[in-house]
Amino acid sequence: MPVVTLTVNDELVSGQSGQSLLSLLKELGIEMPTLCHLEGLSDRGGCRLCMVELQGSKRLFAACVTPVQEGMVVYTHTERLNNYRRMILELLFAERNHVCAVCVQNGHCELQTQAAKNGMDSVRYDYLVPDLPMDASHERYVLDHNRCILCTRCVRVCDEIEGAHVWDLMGRGVNSRVIAGLNQPWGDSDSCTKCGKCVQVCPTGALTLRGSTVAEMEKQHDFLKWILTGREKKQWDYS
Amino acid sequence: MNRVELQNMAQAETERQNAFRCRLLCCASTPCLSSGSTAVSEAMKQALTDGNLDAEVEVVATGCMGPCSRGPLVTVKMPGQEDVVYEKVTPEVAKEIVAKHVTQSKPVSENVLPADMPFFVKQKKVVLANSGQIDPERLEDYVARGGYAALAHALREMTPEEVCATLTKSGLRGRGGAGYPTGIKWDLVRKSEGDKKYVVANGDEGDPGAYMDRTMMESDPHRLLEGMAIAGYAVGADQGYLYVRGEYPIAAQRLQRAIRAAERRGLLGSRVLESNFNFRIDVRIGAGAFVCGEETALMASIMGRRGQPVPRPPYPSERGLWGKPTLINNVETYGSIAPIILNGPEWFSGIGTEKSKGTKIFALAGNIDTTGLIEVPMGITLREIVYDIANGIPDGYAFKAAQTGGPSGGCIPSQFLDTPVDYESLGALGSIMGSGGLVVMDERSCMADVAKYFIEFCMDESCGKCVPCRVGTVQMHRLLERITDGSATFEDLETLEELCVLVRDTSLCGLGQNAPNPVISTLRYFREEYEAHIKERRCPAGACEMNRIPVQELNTNSRVYSQNGAQAEPAQA
Ligand SMILES: Cc1cc2nc3c(=O)[nH]c(=O)nc-3n(C[C@H](O)[C@H](O)[C@H](O)COP(=O)(O)O)c2cc1C
Ligand code: SF4
Ligand code: SF4
Repeated sequence: MPVVTLTVNDELVSGQSGQSLLSLLKELGIEMPTLCHLEGLSDRGGCRLCMVELQGSKRLFAACVTPVQEGMVVYTHTERLNNYRRMILELLFAERNHVCAVCVQNGHCELQTQAAKNGMDSVRYDYLVPDLPMDASHERYVLDHNRCILCTRCVRVCDEIEGAHVWDLMGRGVNSRVIAGLNQPWGDSDSCTKCGKCVQVCPTGALTLRGSTVAEMEKQHDFLKWILTGREKKQWDYS
Repeated sequence: MNRVELQNMAQAETERQNAFRCRLLCCASTPCLSSGSTAVSEAMKQALTDGNLDAEVEVVATGCMGPCSRGPLVTVKMPGQEDVVYEKVTPEVAKEIVAKHVTQSKPVSENVLPADMPFFVKQKKVVLANSGQIDPERLEDYVARGGYAALAHALREMTPEEVCATLTKSGLRGRGGAGYPTGIKWDLVRKSEGDKKYVVANGDEGDPGAYMDRTMMESDPHRLLEGMAIAGYAVGADQGYLYVRGEYPIAAQRLQRAIRAAERRGLLGSRVLESNFNFRIDVRIGAGAFVCGEETALMASIMGRRGQPVPRPPYPSERGLWGKPTLINNVETYGSIAPIILNGPEWFSGIGTEKSKGTKIFALAGNIDTTGLIEVPMGITLREIVYDIANGIPDGYAFKAAQTGGPSGGCIPSQFLDTPVDYESLGALGSIMGSGGLVVMDERSCMADVAKYFIEFCMDESCGKCVPCRVGTVQMHRLLERITDGSATFEDLETLEELCVLVRDTSLCGLGQNAPNPVISTLRYFREEYEAHIKERRCPAGACEMNRIPVQELNTNSRVYSQNGAQAEPAQA
């Protein structure tokens, strides 16, 4: 593949023609915020966090869906871009119910991480607090729409990698939702192979393993009585 | 059918029409149908039968005649006489027309529209030349007025390069909104490598209140088919798709019939006009999403996928439908092709301004005397449209602003009434030419309220793919709601302005990128009106019910933040 030369943040660099700008930036060790992008899946340019400035254009470009080109002059972290990134994250936090303190994904969530890294420490917009359900019909996994950021990683991994295409979207705008099958309970989906790929790629606490969600931890105190009875009365009930 | 047979058809039809002593044209477009034109044409036919005039007089169901708010409209055509147009025709008036005008050659005076009315005189009909003149369901009627002659000429006398070059020379620009030069676009698709190429006509027309494309499709479907076929020849495509908005059943039906009629006569299908060119057209019906007018979403919809935009490049001219080079143009753009081929590019570029050539169709609506559909030369002033063609604002109210470009456009205040209407001038004022919606507002309209209306539209129509448009429009709508109900603070206005910039700069497709335009343009020209809502808690136009107060002011001791959508209680008087 022919090599192209471009300028990134005032430094001359080279990349492979045909590669996406985002992959080059990653190779260069420039940390780009992303949410809908995941290496191995097709790119869709939806979260708008990886947008960059290109000299000579008033428009901004999502690096994940912009191929590198000879002579490009790219800026990745201008004040304007950083500001937009914070605002987009604020919009995401305001959209659904992202209450980290009671989320299974707390501490391992990509949305939370991006907020921290990009300096988003408060939300200036109205929380929309939509009234969204959970789908706990699947024997192994749980879907909580309240945590979903509509990145469609689950849709893409199921379609492109597993080949089952269980997931898709319904509705539009802020009323969009991921659905299983023809909008049926996940557990009723005949096409789900229970592989769990969607759960592993989901950036937030929207898709989780059953048994690991908040309130699912059950403590068992019975052992205390069993040990004490054994020690005091030398009766060990192994039944 | 070949060229000679086409000419014979034209001649036979002209002779047939001339054999009638009188022809009564009755509009059968959606606006007139809804105001009762079916009953009118029935009444005319009955009156003719009763008077034994069937053989001498013909009743023709035509397309749109223009002044839709005055419908049902009827045109009386008598050889050797000027056409007479009647407005607000009832079945009774229809009988009178037959009794007096047809029989005694005396026009029924009350309902006649004067022929020198500025509404008619100031227009220039190019795309709509046949609209209201022919029966859209009869191929012969179209052919008699020169139909398919441009296609025949292009196929025989011109190479595909020449067709593209002719369009480039004519200066025709896309009528779907962005105004991209049509000849250049065609040439790009022509040069794209591909074993298969497609031609698509965009008839999704989602702008609220706009109906230019519907009228074109309903009134003169063959003109559109001819334009698409010429496009197919020019770019090397053998398949066309006509994407019609789901809310336009009459247009879809007439187009489908027109396609069948043209195929039967060899004007579409295999070996068009006995040449080596094959071209089929299929109709695809949309499912009522504004975003499906955006070209990449439209193509996804044609392919049976969810109607969501995809990032460009690649542009459709490189990779469009099923990955093949695809030409996509607006319906009105295709409507301009045949006259350019027949009359030459110089004729077309002689109309209009330096950079905007030809004519543009507008759907006039709002606080004006005559609403309806007009076609005007580019460069006409807004003043001429509002005060001459539309006959001004009724009831003595003052002009406040004209809104062009619908949810992607902006408002133009009165100091710019003398601006020429063309792509550049409207763009410089912060609005856009758009696809042709033109809403006139008088002093009773509140500009913040207008902006809220359009943001609400974009919020509802956002596809949800990208975050700034999906969530940003919702937040903008909330802020505008606060401004128009009296509960906003200056901080809210600041937040709104920041969001406008974010959504404009970071959205994926044109819907989001242009959604803030109505807010930005009204803030540019009517800022004091927004401020009055906040500072004085007063709507200067008297349109908003200002019955709430800012949340912070409810309890002055402890600052309460408006959160979770909590609304303040109505102010106690
Ligand atoms: C949200 C959105 C809606 C659109 N709706 C329409 C439409 O209804 N009709 C149309 O012709 N073009 C529409 N367009 C423009 C098309 O994407 C495209 O530019 C146009 O069809 C190209 O044709 P033209 O070059 O003849 O104008 C829309 C664009 C956007 C972003
Ligand atoms: S469920 Fe997870 S992976 Fe799927 S769209 Fe929502 S956030 Fe993305
Ligand atoms: S800008 Fe709006 S309509 Fe366009 S892709 Fe983004 S969410 Fe969809």
